[in-house]
Amino acid sequence: MLFVENITKKFPGVIALNNVSMQLHKGKVTALLGENGAGKSTLMKILSGVYSDYEGRIAYDDRTLNFSHVRDAQNAGVTMIHQELNLVPHLNVMENIFLGREIVNDWGFLDKRAMNQKTTELLARLHLNVSPHTPVSELKVGQQQVVEIAKALLNDSQIIIMDEPTSAISDKEVDVLFGIIDSLRQQNKIIIYISHKLDELFRIADHYIVMRDGCFVENGEMGNANHQHLVNKMVGREINLSRAAEVIKPHQQELLRIEKLCLKKPQRRGGAVLTDVSFSVKGHEVIGLFGLMGAGRTELMEAIFGLHPTLTTGEIFVDGKQVSFRSPDDAIKAGIALVPEDRKKDGLVLGLDVTTNISITTLHNLQRGIFLNEVKEKELAERYISQLRIKTPSGKETVRNLSGGNQQKVVIGKWLAKHPKIFLLDEPTRGIDVGAKNEIYRLIQELAAAGMAIVVVSSELPEILAVSDRVLVMSEGRLTADIPIAEATEDSILMAAIPKNLN
Amino acid sequence: MEIEIQVNTGLKRYTAQVKRFQSLIALFILCVTLTLLTDKFLTVDNAWNVMRQISVNICIATGMTLVVLTAGIDLSVGSVLALSGAVAAGLLKNGLPVPSINLFVGFTVLGAVLAGLMVGAALGFFNGWTITKFKVPPFVATLAMLTIARGLTFLWTKGYPISNLGNDFDYIGMGWFLGVPLPVWISIIVVVVAVLLTRQTRLGRYVYAIGGNESAARLSGININKVKLVVYAIAGGLAAVGGIMITSRLDSAQPNAGISYELDAIAAVVIGGTSLSGGKGSILGTVLGAVIIGVLNNGLVLLDVSPFWQQVVKGAVILLAVIIDRSGSKADA
Repeated sequence: MLFVENITKKFPGVIALNNVSMQLHKGKVTALLGENGAGKSTLMKILSGVYSDYEGRIAYDDRTLNFSHVRDAQNAGVTMIHQELNLVPHLNVMENIFLGREIVNDWGFLDKRAMNQKTTELLARLHLNVSPHTPVSELKVGQQQVVEIAKALLNDSQIIIMDEPTSAISDKEVDVLFGIIDSLRQQNKIIIYISHKLDELFRIADHYIVMRDGCFVENGEMGNANHQHLVNKMVGREINLSRAAEVIKPHQQELLRIEKLCLKKPQRRGGAVLTDVSFSVKGHEVIGLFGLMGAGRTELMEAIFGLHPTLTTGEIFVDGKQVSFRSPDDAIKAGIALVPEDRKKDGLVLGLDVTTNISITTLHNLQRGIFLNEVKEKELAERYISQLRIKTPSGKETVRNLSGGNQQKVVIGKWLAKHPKIFLLDEPTRGIDVGAKNEIYRLIQELAAAGMAIVVVSSELPEILAVSDRVLVMSEGRLTADIPIAEATEDSILMAAIPKNLN
Repeated sequence: MEIEIQVNTGLKRYTAQVKRFQSLIALFILCVTLTLLTDKFLTVDNAWNVMRQISVNICIATGMTLVVLTAGIDLSVGSVLALSGAVAAGLLKNGLPVPSINLFVGFTVLGAVLAGLMVGAALGFFNGWTITKFKVPPFVATLAMLTIARGLTFLWTKGYPISNLGNDFDYIGMGWFLGVPLPVWISIIVVVVAVLLTRQTRLGRYVYAIGGNESAARLSGININKVKLVVYAIAGGLAAVGGIMITSRLDSAQPNAGISYELDAIAAVVIGGTSLSGGKGSILGTVLGAVIIGVLNNGLVLLDVSPFWQQVVKGAVILLAVIIDRSGSKADA
């Protein structure tokens, strides 16, 4: 049995886990449920040795586990299959599986034959029909996921954590995966399975544990639970925003129109190509764009924002006029703003202060001659700090020290300063706490009410349902559904999002 | 919770203050030590001497700081310095014959100096062009320019020094103005302009943003390529300023001038606390770094330390400075 006892983990500005306790049984699959930001990932990162500074105790049978490194956890028999793939693209399947655990012969050279044989065995067991020598970069996302699972099997781990293992794989592959999980269960292993897809959990899990806002909420037998009950426990509150959609919106003018947009080659590993995407957004309207990992949501936002000018074809109209963006700069000048998916990587200069990050889009308005007008700059920043209720000691605080929600508000603030007509938000509430989430939802409604055309990309269905006037669904780089909010349900959206013909 | 955050940032600010002054403290200790060890160090003549010597490095290192702040590097400044100085000297002395149309262009001192500066800026611009247009890593692009510019210097000078450049030109490197050597004035002007540029202008802000997070800067609508082009051109131009000062001081353009000057400049930048990964640092820090290196060089000479040992000591100081700098900023890594 694995005991998690009174675990608390704090980050600057957020308590990610608050006195969490749970027990996990051998030979059982335990589903860990909770919304993004509930603390699941943080807890799993502690279990797998990513975070070593926390309060509380973890024990396996009678043995206290103290990991200061991922390797310690692996040696102790804990393996985590991460949601974001941790493979080295230029290395082949075999090299990735054995990375850090290479077999060497008596001379200290790599024993490629032994590794090759073992890899072939593993791949056969997982029904993955590729050569061990295929570079990982040439595999589809689903296949890469299977390679990750092969890594875990190689470890012969006692505790296997799977974080959204099916987010990018086809039904057929899911069946194979569940077969593997079943055999792991028979081998008396502890399996922790994190997923948003409740139907899957009812198929595979024995127990469930629900978390919310960093706290343990409830556990029980999967057989005794039902769909509605679990959702209520996860959400723990009614999401009932008084949506501006109910109000008759004045003068709805089409602000953004996309015609047959194609993106030829993915920019990065796991990136999607886009095929013939067409849609339009009116002023005062909030579009929710849903899709599974790898569906092309982020690529679509980037293509509209002028990030892949040489790879994009199709037509974009802003305010009825056809435009062609060669860079984000062009898109911004046309009145488009993008809150990127990864705010730390693409949204903020973490080492600079709040004021500098907010003013970065509008410095040309803040000049006196060739010099910057620091008074005006400070006024601007303070206006958005108070308007968006950004919690910061002052505008001089380094953005790195802010909590996730406040960092996101800084990103939003820098775009509001620019007064965009069209606001694209890619996963605007990822990894931020519930309070800040609700503030951002409210803000989205306010901006729409003020006349902006808004596209919210999200992988959280409750979020999509809460903020949208209309839901667009993507799958494998195509738009597969366009559903008015009145007719949208979790089922109808998910049906359109799941790939039909992978492999 | 909130109290905890405040204590935390308060502590950070305190250590940041200490860090800001630690190179200043190091310089002070260095000066006191040298004053005690030799009676030649603390004299007016020696002070001017040191300042005149470091003025070239200050100009180069200022340009280097801008480049490094964008997370780049410029290895070509030593060669660019040599070529710019040689071009200015050659045009001043020999003019520019254009045989095809039977024309001879003569150059005044001002004309020759401007031509030298333009050569430097153009070479820097070329660096920026290869880096932004063809995505050549700055290290490689400027390494190539290091060789190209050196080769061009030898071609232009045919391998011989160009000397006897006249009193007017020599005034730049040897003259005094209001009791201060002209090279010191020039480096002060360069530093003041650069400080204003980094702190008070849009370009300066963009330099920090690009070095801090290029991707976020691009997505904020900043024209990354334009900023980089300008920054590398400035670095080339400032190398040319150094080239003209050296040529003038020696009354001679040496084809071998400026070899390994890029290393002194990078050392000044690093000792001054600018992060080689970009986005963090300051011009004044670099000036301090250049002064420390200058005083150290001067002190080692005054103490009669062998030139071989001088190099070892200099290297050790650079290493030590960076290790101290790192140990304070682990949390940021």
